[in-house]
Amino acid sequence: MTKKNDTTEATGATEEREARPVGLGVVGWLRWGWRTLTSMRTALILLFLFALGSVPGSIYPQRSVDPGRVAQYFQNSPTEAKWLDRFWMFDVFTSPWFAAIYLLLFLSLAGCVFPRAVAHFKELRRKPPAAPRNLHRLPQNAAFDGDLTVEEAAARLRRDRFRVVTGPDWVAAEKGYLRETGNLLFHVSLLALLFAVGAGALFGYRGNVLVVEGEGFSNTVAAYDRFMPGQQVSAESLQPFSFTVKDFQATYIASGEKRGQPLDYSATLSVQDTPTSRPRDVELKVNEPLDVNGTLTYLLGHGYAPTFKVVDGKGNTAFEGPVPCLAGDQMTYTSECVIKAPDAQPDQLGFLIRFLPTTVPNGKAWVSIFPGAANPTVQIFPFSGDLGLKSGQPQSVYQLDTKSLKPLGKMSADPTPLNVGDTKELADGAGSIQFTGVKEWISLQTAYDPGRLPALIAAALAVIGLVLSLTVQRRRVWVRVKGRQVTVGGLTRTEGGGAGFAEEFAEILTKLRGAAPAEPSGHSQPEDRSEDASASDREPVSPSTRSSEE
Amino acid sequence: MPPAQVNEGLATLSDQLILVTVLLYLAAMIAYALELAFGRARTAVAPAKSRRLVAVGAGAGSSAPAESAEEDASSATPVPPAGWALKAGAAAVVVSWLGWATNLGGILTRGIAVDRWPWGNMYEFVVALCFASVTVFLVLLTRQPIRFLGAFVTVAAALGLGFAVLFLHVQAGPVMPALNSYWIAIHVTAAVIAGGLFLVSGVSAVLYLVRNDGRLSVLPSKEQLDRIAHRAIVIGFPIWTFAVIAGALWADRAWGRYWGWDPKEVWSFITWIAYAAYLHARATAGWRGKAAMIVSLVAFGCLLFNLVGVNIFFSGLHSYADVPK
Ligand code: HEM
Repeated sequence: MTKKNDTTEATGATEEREARPVGLGVVGWLRWGWRTLTSMRTALILLFLFALGSVPGSIYPQRSVDPGRVAQYFQNSPTEAKWLDRFWMFDVFTSPWFAAIYLLLFLSLAGCVFPRAVAHFKELRRKPPAAPRNLHRLPQNAAFDGDLTVEEAAARLRRDRFRVVTGPDWVAAEKGYLRETGNLLFHVSLLALLFAVGAGALFGYRGNVLVVEGEGFSNTVAAYDRFMPGQQVSAESLQPFSFTVKDFQATYIASGEKRGQPLDYSATLSVQDTPTSRPRDVELKVNEPLDVNGTLTYLLGHGYAPTFKVVDGKGNTAFEGPVPCLAGDQMTYTSECVIKAPDAQPDQLGFLIRFLPTTVPNGKAWVSIFPGAANPTVQIFPFSGDLGLKSGQPQSVYQLDTKSLKPLGKMSADPTPLNVGDTKELADGAGSIQFTGVKEWISLQTAYDPGRLPALIAAALAVIGLVLSLTVQRRRVWVRVKGRQVTVGGLTRTEGGGAGFAEEFAEILTKLRGAAPAEPSGHSQPEDRSEDASASDREPVSPSTRSSEE
Repeated sequence: MPPAQVNEGLATLSDQLILVTVLLYLAAMIAYALELAFGRARTAVAPAKSRRLVAVGAGAGSSAPAESAEEDASSATPVPPAGWALKAGAAAVVVSWLGWATNLGGILTRGIAVDRWPWGNMYEFVVALCFASVTVFLVLLTRQPIRFLGAFVTVAAALGLGFAVLFLHVQAGPVMPALNSYWIAIHVTAAVIAGGLFLVSGVSAVLYLVRNDGRLSVLPSKEQLDRIAHRAIVIGFPIWTFAVIAGALWADRAWGRYWGWDPKEVWSFITWIAYAAYLHARATAGWRGKAAMIVSLVAFGCLLFNLVGVNIFFSGLHSYADVPK
């Protein structure tokens, strides 16, 4: 950058920013950089950037929240998605540029808070400054005649918890140090909060798993469908609990406009906290997770898992058990799933299944009209051929790769549904499939986050600090005594403050005057104010608007 | 589990009470506006100034301050300190308390009809928010001479309620299982209170920007408007902070993490930052005054977007807000 630029910018800067140290060398530049970084103005801009930076995170689907929708985005508009991905738009909150803002803000905060803490600590032990010569120049001031002595004035102010020093003919008092203490507490708590969140991410983990009624789960990395560990989590550190899902119940509104809306979900688990402990029954609900020594397991979702028995062309059982189905529509719970029977002979068998929990005919088709399983049926679309499992490509359990498969028999868009117990014979002597029953599955999330309690404490402290720094005002009062002439002056040291101080000042004045006859003078006209001062005393919404009403 | 049974009679009564509330707020708004238009203009500067502002068409139900027409003071007679204008103002206060009562009645009857906290969907939330902002105004009014705000607060509340009734109304009924928690009482109540305060501050901020300096106006001085806006935010901000934290605690109970950048979380956070930025701006030289006010309005825009936009445009874990399609 040229010198010319430097000077023009420096003159344009406000008092907060220092002129750039032209020709001061590396140290000077560093110092200038640090000052700029830790100034309120920079903090403000960083705050804005921080907020602005999180906006795309709410517009675009995020991998950490919903990877499925990200994949869909890539499918629908690949070029756009590729470009968005280059700017980390699907991973906003873990992107380098978001981290950069975050780190700069963090530095700015730290660089701002620690010097201020030191200054405040010194300030706390400093005495209030001596009275200025002309008290009537202060925003609040009054004079009266009375027999007040310096000692009496000091004692009165001390009683109001002012910090007081006295001179030969003056008293200086100050109060409201809690404002700065609160402010520092707030900013330090913010730092602590960022640390707690970071620690939680490093030492915690999350895992998702789907469990069908009657089946079990034990808390090991291998048992999860999706496991997201922090960098410092080892497989052995997982809490060794296990459970069986004994039962799951969902209840729905049965009639009226909101028919089909879920009312309650409840799963009964039989839990063993450790491999040797005795099983206990736990009712798992939304908002009521299972807690095993700080590792929490949540009920996130549910669905149907119809059970089937597939017999192949040679009469052997090729598949038997529940098949978890995904619901497309929450109001009808019409669900879809896939059976793959790779061991079937002579050809591999695959089935697309549509599950209808409450089936009614609709013209030539069948539909479900309610999410509860009042009349469960399945529609089956059988295929035979090569399931494509040998290629080594990972496959979704919810999708059938029909590239090398051919439909068995005549394909119909709406095959006759099977009731529980019904068997469908497959064409070409390929075997049969029996719909044997209906179970439900639940999806669970297990989360361990050692940072949650520290984060909560930090957040609570931040609120306390915030309230202190927003409500307390730093204020000073001076009294000068010259014979029977008493002058009192006061001011607040708070930017944009002053609200309510006029009333407090009037009250102090009344106390100081004590029994002395009232002879007010000065601009603040304490007489007029002292009446309602007691009513609205220290109220956060006190009549600060009065002056312009008069 | 709440009973699926809904007391239809009470639910209908609640809907009717809300309609009555809209009418009462509109009536109060007109009375406040009459007082504003025909009451005495406040002196911002020496009355010798040759121009003054007289509000016209103030009863026309616009949320912006009445359009102002300039008159030459030399050709106009001084405004008579109309006694009936003051009476209109007093009547406005009475009518707004009535509206407040029917608003409260509407919320209570709905809550009793469905036997749960009556802010489980967007309709109920907006109704509660309007109630909160009128409450904030009326409570402030018992302590400060801010009747001039009345027309603007009541019209905002009437518009909000009208919007809720026309576009957001859903039949009274039980909520999704996820909302079935005592946290709704803590988290949403805090958000509603903070929202009410922010609305009052937003109204003051708009008036501040509209108010012309150095002229006679029915509006109070900029300084006064600035103070009201600031006060409301100073009280509202910690409550909002609390609401966000309570939300995080609830998320920890319900979804297994306290913060996951769900769209609702992102926008609460943005709103929070924006109000924090306002507080910083107001304490920073060069930003005080108009710039800070604009920041506060940006923050208010974020709040509104969070309450309305996020529920409609984004899908997320918060999407059980039950917006009618
Ligand atoms: C997440 C970020 C932050 C939030 C939410 C936040 C919030 C607040 C709030 C609410 C206040 C009280 C305003 C008042 O006293 O009127 C405040 C004051 C202050 N903050 Fe921050 N702050 C943040 C970051 C920072 C940073 C990074 C810095 C330093 C570079 C900073 C410096 C200050 C200072 C100096 C004050 C005192 C203002 C005064 O009263 O004179 N803040 N902050």
